[in-house]
Parts: sequence; C-alpha cells; structure tokens
Amino acid sequence: MTTLPAQTEKKLGLVIDLDTCVGCHACVISCKGWNTENYGAPLSDQNAYGADNSGTFLNRVHSFEVQPDDGAAQLIHFPKSCLHCEDAPCVTVCPTGASYKRVEDGIVLVNESNCIGCGLCAWACPYGARELDQAEGVMKKCTLCVDRIYNENLPEEDRQPACVRTCPAGARHFGDLGDATSDVSKLVAERGGMDLMPEQGTKPVNQYLPPRPKDDMPEFDVLAPFLAPVAEEPKGFLSWLDKTLEKL
Amino acid sequence: MNQPVIDLSPKVSDEVRKTTCYMCACRCGINVHMKEGKVAYIEGNKDHPVNQGVLCAKGSAGIMQVNAPSRLRAPLKRVGPRGSGEFEEISWDEALQIATDWLEPVRRDNPEKLAFFTGRDQSQSFTSFWAQGFGTPNYAAHGGFCSVNMAAAGIYTMGGAFWEFGQPDWDHTKLFMLFGVAEDHDSNPIKMGIGKIKARGARVIGVNPIRTGYNAVADDWVGITPGTDGLFILAMVHCLMKAGKIDLHYLAQYTNAPVLVINNPGQADHGLLMRDEHGKELVVDRATGKLTRFDQPGVKPDLAATYEKDGRTHRPVFHQMAEMYLDDQYTPEAVAERCGIPAKRIRAIAAELARVAFEEAFELDQSWTDFRGEKHDKMIGRPVSFHSMRGISAHANGFQTCRALHMLQIILGTVEVPGGFRFKPPYPKPATAHPKPHVGVTPGAALNGPHLGFVQGPDDLALKDDGTPARIDKAFTWENPMSSHGLMHMVISNAYAGDPYKIDVLFMYMANMSWNSSMNTRGVIDMLTDKDDSGNYVIPKIIYSDAYSSEMVAYADLILPDTTYLERHDCISLLDRPICEADAAADAIRWPVIEPDRDVKGFQSALCDLGAKLNLPGFVNEDGSQKYADYGDYIVNHERRPGIGPLAGWRGGDGTSVGRGEVNPNQLEKYIENGGFFVEHIPAGSNYYKPWNAAYQDWAVGMGLYDKPMPYLFSLYVEPMRRFQLAAEGHGDRQPPDHLRARISEKMSPLPIWYSSEEENKAEEFPITALTQRPMAMYHSWGSQNAWLRQLHGHNPLYLPTRLMRENGLSDGDWARVTSPHGEITVPVLEMAALNENTIWTWNAIGKRKGAWALEENAPEATRGFLLNHLIHELLPPKGDGLRWANSDPITGQAAWFDLKVRIEKAAPATESQPGFAPIKSPVGHGPKDLTWKVGK
Repeated sequence: MTTLPAQTEKKLGLVIDLDTCVGCHACVISCKGWNTENYGAPLSDQNAYGADNSGTFLNRVHSFEVQPDDGAAQLIHFPKSCLHCEDAPCVTVCPTGASYKRVEDGIVLVNESNCIGCGLCAWACPYGARELDQAEGVMKKCTLCVDRIYNENLPEEDRQPACVRTCPAGARHFGDLGDATSDVSKLVAERGGMDLMPEQGTKPVNQYLPPRPKDDMPEFDVLAPFLAPVAEEPKGFLSWLDKTLEKL
Repeated sequence: MNQPVIDLSPKVSDEVRKTTCYMCACRCGINVHMKEGKVAYIEGNKDHPVNQGVLCAKGSAGIMQVNAPSRLRAPLKRVGPRGSGEFEEISWDEALQIATDWLEPVRRDNPEKLAFFTGRDQSQSFTSFWAQGFGTPNYAAHGGFCSVNMAAAGIYTMGGAFWEFGQPDWDHTKLFMLFGVAEDHDSNPIKMGIGKIKARGARVIGVNPIRTGYNAVADDWVGITPGTDGLFILAMVHCLMKAGKIDLHYLAQYTNAPVLVINNPGQADHGLLMRDEHGKELVVDRATGKLTRFDQPGVKPDLAATYEKDGRTHRPVFHQMAEMYLDDQYTPEAVAERCGIPAKRIRAIAAELARVAFEEAFELDQSWTDFRGEKHDKMIGRPVSFHSMRGISAHANGFQTCRALHMLQIILGTVEVPGGFRFKPPYPKPATAHPKPHVGVTPGAALNGPHLGFVQGPDDLALKDDGTPARIDKAFTWENPMSSHGLMHMVISNAYAGDPYKIDVLFMYMANMSWNSSMNTRGVIDMLTDKDDSGNYVIPKIIYSDAYSSEMVAYADLILPDTTYLERHDCISLLDRPICEADAAADAIRWPVIEPDRDVKGFQSALCDLGAKLNLPGFVNEDGSQKYADYGDYIVNHERRPGIGPLAGWRGGDGTSVGRGEVNPNQLEKYIENGGFFVEHIPAGSNYYKPWNAAYQDWAVGMGLYDKPMPYLFSLYVEPMRRFQLAAEGHGDRQPPDHLRARISEKMSPLPIWYSSEEENKAEEFPITALTQRPMAMYHSWGSQNAWLRQLHGHNPLYLPTRLMRENGLSDGDWARVTSPHGEITVPVLEMAALNENTIWTWNAIGKRKGAWALEENAPEATRGFLLNHLIHELLPPKGDGLRWANSDPITGQAAWFDLKVRIEKAAPATESQPGFAPIKSPVGHGPKDLTWKVGK
C-alpha cells in the first residue's frame, strides 16, 4: 500500500472542452510521440504492421453517440487520460510504492524502476487510464508531461503538455485547478466544468467542459421580421427594389 | 513522503530542423527534433502562418512515415506479369535510360502518346512545366476527381474559392456555415478557426448527411439528403431575396448584377452581357440614367433600370435573378421533402443568416479607395462566413451547387468584407486572368502553352481540327467544357479504349489508380493488365513514382522511387498551391532534414535528370548540359517570368527583394534560417475588398501576383456558360454533337440552377446514397501503413443509420451486401444514429490490397477493410440510347462519386470483405512485428 500526500501545493491538470473537441486524435499521437521519446520506457507497439495490432497510449479519444428524447442524435468526442485524482485509488493500491502523487503539483506518476507490472493500479482506476506496456512490462500513464512543463530546455511558451500544445481546436487547457484565480479555474467556473464520474469519490483534478446545447436555433416565428416578404412575386419585388435603391 | 528524484529538464533534442509537413495537403510548418542525426519527435511550428504551432495526428505521426517499412528502396524493373508485384532492383542510370528509351521516340514522333498525370502532387507548376516542355497535351493532377467543381465554380463566379483560395474571417465572423466538409480540407486551420469562434460564442452550422468531426461540434446540424445542397441553398436565396435581406449596395458596386443582358432572341448575342467597344461591361448609371461602363469613376450602377434600344428592352442580370429565384419552385415548402429539411428549419437558417449579416453588421475604422477612385471612410463588416468542400462538389450537379453557394455569399455581401469570406493571395484572380487550355502539339517540341485553364467559350475548347478531343482525358470538350483540372479518372479507361486515341506511355506520380484513386477498381486493374491480340499490353508502358509500396506499384513496368517528405526539397509556391493567409502572401519549402538511407530520389529531381536526357526546353543549357542538378537547384534558379521564380522571399542578389527580383543563390538558406517559410503581410487598408481595392491591386502588382491591376466584377451571371448555350442553340462555327445540345442548353445555365441525377443513377431500384469520408487522422492510403495511425483506423465498417439497421434486421458486427447498378460488396456494418436516415458511409481508403504497403496479409485493412470504389463506375448505367454517359459533372467533368446509389441486404457472417483480391508480392517485404521506438536511447 502506498499513501497519498495529505495535500498538494498545486493541483495541475487539464480542462478538456467537449464542446469543441472535433475528435481528430492530434492529442493522442502527439502524446505518443513525446512520451515514446521521453519519460520512462518508450510506448511500444505490438504487431505494428499486422493483425491484432495494439500499442501503449497514455491518452485516447473515444466517441459516443447521444440520442436526445427530442431532436437529432449527437456525436461527442471524449478524450481520456489520467485525471490525476486527489484520492487516487491507483496510488493507494500500489504494493511497491511505484505509483505516487507528487506533493508539489499533484501529478500522479509511476516510478518505473519500482513497478513490477502487477496491474493492480489499472484494475483500481475507474477510468481505465493506465496501460501496461507489453514490451517493457511496466505501467504507463499520463505524466502531464512532467518533463515538459518545468523543462528549462524548452521555451517558456512550450512548457505545457504535448497534447495541449498540439490541439488544433484549442479544446485542451492546462493549469493549476487548485488556484481559483487561474485561467483554467475560471474557465471551469464559467462553463460549468465537471468531474468525470464523481460518484467514484476519486476527486479528479482534470475537468470536462460539457457540450453546449445543440440544435436549438429559434424557429421561424421568433425571427419572422427577418424574413417578412417585401413582395410576393418578381414584379412587386422590382418595384420594391426601385424604391429601396432610391433611398440608398 | 519519499518521492523519487526525476529529471524535470531533460535535453529535448540535439537540434530542431524546421520544414513543411506532407502528411496531407494542409502543409503546416513543423519542428523536426533531431537526436544523433535521426528524427526523434515532430511538433508544430509556432511561427508558421498555417498552423501556428498546432499539429494534427497525421503530422505528429510523421516519424512513423519516415520509418515505414513500406518505403521503396531502389528503382524497380518489372520482371513478372503486370500485377504480380515481381520486380528487380536496378540502378538509377538504368532506370532513367529505360524511361528515356521509351519517351524519346514518343516525343520525336507524337508527344500526345505520353499521358503524364500526377495525382497528389504538390509541385504542379513544376510537373506541368516539364510536361509542357515534353510537348504532350496530356497532363493534369487529381483535381478532376477531387474538387474541381469547388475550385472552378469559385474562380468563374468570384475569382477564388474556398480552402487554398480563401478563408473565413475568423477574427470577426459570428455565424459560420459549413457545407459538405468532412474531416479535412482545410485541416488544422478549420479546427483552429472553429475553436476560436466557438470560444467567443459564435454559431456554427454544419450541413452534412453525416454528423462527425466538424459537424459533431456544430451548434446546428443539418443532415441533408446528399446531392440536394444546391436546392437548399436556392431556397435560402429565395427567402432572402423575397425579404429584401440582400446587400443592394454590394450587388450594385461589386458584381455583375446591374450589368445589362442583351435581349435579342434567336440571335448569336442573345443573353450575352452588353459591352462597349473595349469589351467593358455596361450598366445604367442611376445618377444619369445613361449607359455607362461598369468601372467609370462616379458611376452608380442601377440594379433596377432597364435599357431600351432597337425596340427591345435589355434588362440587368438582377432582373433575371429576381424572376428565377422568386419562383415558387424555390420556396422552403417546395424543397423541404427533397432536401430532407423541414421548411421551418430552412426559414430559420435563412432568417439567422439575414439577422447576423444585417443586424450584426459592424464597421472597421479603416479607410480605403475602390477601383473607381471612390474613397470610403470605413469598411462594412457582415459577419457571416461559409466554407465548403468535396461533399457538395463530387456530384453531377456540383458545379452549379458550388455556384449557388457563392451566389448566397454574394447577395449577403459577405465576400471580401470584414467578418465574411476572404481571399488569400494570389487570389482574387478572375477566370479571365487565368490561362486558357493549350493543346498545340508539335513533334519534338514544346506544347504551345499551359495545359489547363479557364475556357471563355467554345473557341477555347481542346478539340482537334476534326472536332475530336485533343486530350486523352477529353477535358475541355463538349462533354465537359469547363474541366479546368482535367479528368485524371478517365485517363486509364480512355487509353484502354483507344478513345479518343491510343497512347504509348502512361506516366504517373502519387496516384493509386489500381486501388482507391479510381472508380471501378476491378475494371481499372483489368485495363492495366489486359493484352491485345499480339500479346502486348493494351496500355504499352507504365512508369510510376511513389515513395511507398502502394497498390499501384505492382501495375507499373518501371518504378522511380520517391523520397519521404523529410528527405527532399519542395516548394509550396505562389505559382502553384500556396499557403497564404488572408492577410499575407506566404510560401514555404521542404528541405532534406535527413538524407535517404535508400537508393531513392525526389521525383522532381528525377524529372530534372530525365528532362535533361530528353533535351526538354527549360531543362538543358545552351550547350546541351543538364540545367538543374536537382529540384533544389530548380527552386532557386528557375524564373517563370523575369524576376519571378518559384519562391517569393529573399529574392535579388542581396536577398532583400520580395516577390520580384533576381535569382538569389542563397535563397534556400534564408528560408531555412526563417523556419522554412516566408511571409509578406498585406498592408492595413489593402486587406479587405481586394478585388476592388486599389491599394491591394497595386500591392499585388508589386509582389508579382499580377502584371497590372485587374479589378473585376463578381460573376453572378457567368457569361462563358451562355456562350456554350448559344452554341447548343446553333450559333457559331464550333458546334456540339447533336446528342449533347439539349444537355448543354439545360445544364450550362449562366445563373445557378439545381438538378437531380437520381434517375441516371437508378435511384428507384437503388434508393440509398453511399458516401465516403476521409478521417482527420489519415491521408488516403498514405496513413494506413503508419504504425500509429493504423491503430486509430485499422479497418472501416460501413455505417448505417438506425432506420436501415432495423429495416434490414442488422446488428453491429453483422455483414451486409451492398449493391449498386455497377457492382456488389459484402462488408461489416455498424449502427450510427447521427446520420441522414437514407445514407450509409465509410472511411475512405482504409481498405488495402493484400501484399501492399508492407502490411501483413492478415492485416485488418486487407481482410475487413474495403473500398466503396468497387460500386462506382466511371460511366453511368446504360440508359438505352446506345450512348455511354460519363459519371461526371457535365460542366466540369468532376467525378460524381457522391451520386452513388445502392441497396443493401443482410448477408451471411463472413471473415473477409468482398470482393477479395489475390495478394500481390511485396517488393519491400513486410514490417517488423513489434516496435519499441526510441532514438538516442
């Protein structure tokens, strides 16, 4: 068993906007690229060019269809990675202390040299956010790009997770969710950001901004003045035209 | 707490090399991080005008493209039968000699016997220059089956189109409406734009039968019946005109709406625009009531006034528009059922367009002077913008539908104004400023001009003296007069049929014609492998260039292996398909950030060698020696006109000239220093109203985009189309064949119309429309080999709407037989609710032939993956008149692959999609089993 810090100095995490995520997978592959080359073992791929191909990803995008009672079905793209929970069950379940939550920023990490690949943490995580790397036999998970966000070899503007930097739609935001005055906290407040599966009691740091209501354009009656006819047929239209041009 | 110490500042890379992505046609700037001389990581370039740092999945996966096992390794000579995949590796000397031995006699005797088509080429100004030097009329890239309707309709109507030609004013637009845009074109800029406008609460309306991607995040989704977009648009035009919610000032000042149309029934000028002796369009001046040139300083063109002469009343274009579009056939109620959109919803959207365009109009405090010399204190903004792509384009009514959309934009006054749609340099550029097609062939000499262009009437058609088509693809003929991008999809079937003539050498680049880039894939395979009575292939010689072991490789006799995009020079040129922004001219390069580890060569460099061996003008020096050592040499030293070369930046001996200037031998170094691109901003005050803005016109001349200012009117009424109608009515020397007269008269309406092609596609028997989309994370076949991307889209189910699943008793994972008038496929299905209830669809080009792309033969792409192409024919089903009608737009020849009609039924469970094809032998073997990739471990 591994203990969680009583509290952390910051609560770094992601705010993911489900209203603008177009499901392009840019974050998925950018994450794969950075984390293959950086923190810990590379993210391996099995049967890379054959059948039953699979690989380790720290971030995946799922798509769900929603059928409202009234109106057209909707498609929601849902990117998912470790939510860096305050009460992270993946940490407390770890038998070796390999999984831990950082005191300074709340990032949940795996110390790969202590990981025995038992998989208990993946079993304990209600979000399915951890993946055991099949080549290395260690547990992999989102590091919030801990090796980017403080990296003095990167320009200041690039000190953010690879997925945030690359997101073309600007649907991913990074910051301190423990600081009510941070941009991300304000965004969460404005847009009604939500915990994922709060009933699990994990107190996730990452927040999701819900999609705005869709297909709610006011119908014709409200906007009638905008389409009130100036004439019913071409001849009447041309006389309206002549009068209107006179006024221009 | 005992936390491990971790390195928070690891070294990121040894070096960053900045170049241009080629994982699709978006052409973003990328930072290639190098470790120990190898590519370690790729990210977006924050300084780059296209992507501003962001990068899509394809771009980030570029590293797996550069390492792909499917990369070709050396030139190949076919040793087995065509289609077997049996090759032997040969040297470049031998390969170029073979090509020269084949091409030299063709050029000497009859250059038209070479058909040179270049697929997804990003160097068309170079490849066309080569083809012109060779002297063949048979050159084009892939626009004919991609989106020529969009491009040609835009250029003929307003001197520019969407995507590369222009973009929404993302900073000001408040209502953004997308038609027929799937996941791509434009890739990152559209995502960035949608994110930007949604962040400030602007509304996005998506019109698409399929609610994925951009349509999934749209605030309003219009799940339209495929092929009816034009009708929906004309209904909105009807509502807006009827309500007077149109920008009369804009229409009068900047369009040909006030231009008079000659009324002379039965005569050769009936329906043409009235012009003065210098060819200038004439309007009635509202101030004087007199006939006046449209560009006369001080003129107030009158949209309403008519002009009496010789006892006849000549009316302005706008009168015809009123008569046409106020007709009851375009009321929302009349079109609702056909479009699958309730009439109330059509009105609601039209009302919202009107509300935002006129109630939310705004002003920019920026003065400007128009081409008539009138000074304006402000710029009026109409914050409604549109974007559209292949979804409305790849139909037989696509050209007129695209035209209708541009008409909608124009009547709202939303083109080239703040908040609307804006052109990117070198656009605006009217059709009349583009070349016309050239087909003048002289044995042993260059063609008499550029191959492709914009016809202005029958005189410009590409016909031989005997009236037969001059081009192998029959572009610019009566069957499809305005085929500005050629018809690549017809080349193989025409060459096979010897109609209009036989060819000797088929030479292609980056075009997977024996698989996903052809309609009727099986038929094309047979054409490529069929032999004549004497045992020779009907298409005698095929040369193909690709970087990868695509399906097409097996069907060529000689393979010229291309490099990957990180191993080569390229230019994204203002002469070609540039990367400009609405506020700036821009171009870019690729350069070899790594050297190839194989015996391969950039295709364009191979053409420099081949051009020299063939003694082509432009490719040899006066002493006969090779002019350009390679493509990089060409990019720097080629001048298209004096002072104008492929790249606009850092020209002149000292590297300080922009646009025009002498050759700068250090130009590529300057580009590399600057991150691989060049940007020149358009001065404030010049950056809106560009077609009519005197300051912009002068700037464009200075940049070398034009040689003199060329302000023009938007063509709501496209006069060249009327010229074809006049020919069909019997006027003029060049006459269409009788069987095409009625079609030309009907379809070449100079004002946008809508027509159905359901009957030709036998919709009564085949009532369901079948579509494809390209996923955001893949670029045609080129993504499927990518070890990372194929984990996202490893096979492609056929998506069926809930209604069709239930009616056919289908559940997810079941198999269905899909039948079209042409063919049949059996494939796995998956339910999708957010889909037009009479439409089925799948991802494009995921399906692979066994043995191609270095994939294992049991890869899901090759077992469960499939192509819809098997269901689509390049010709329409026979209609009993004994004639063969192309499955194409009758105006441009655009392949109408979105007109596909099918029926479906449940099939027995299967293990592999049908039709199945025998494996081809991989010339590169297969990829490794597992990857644990880490550079500089």
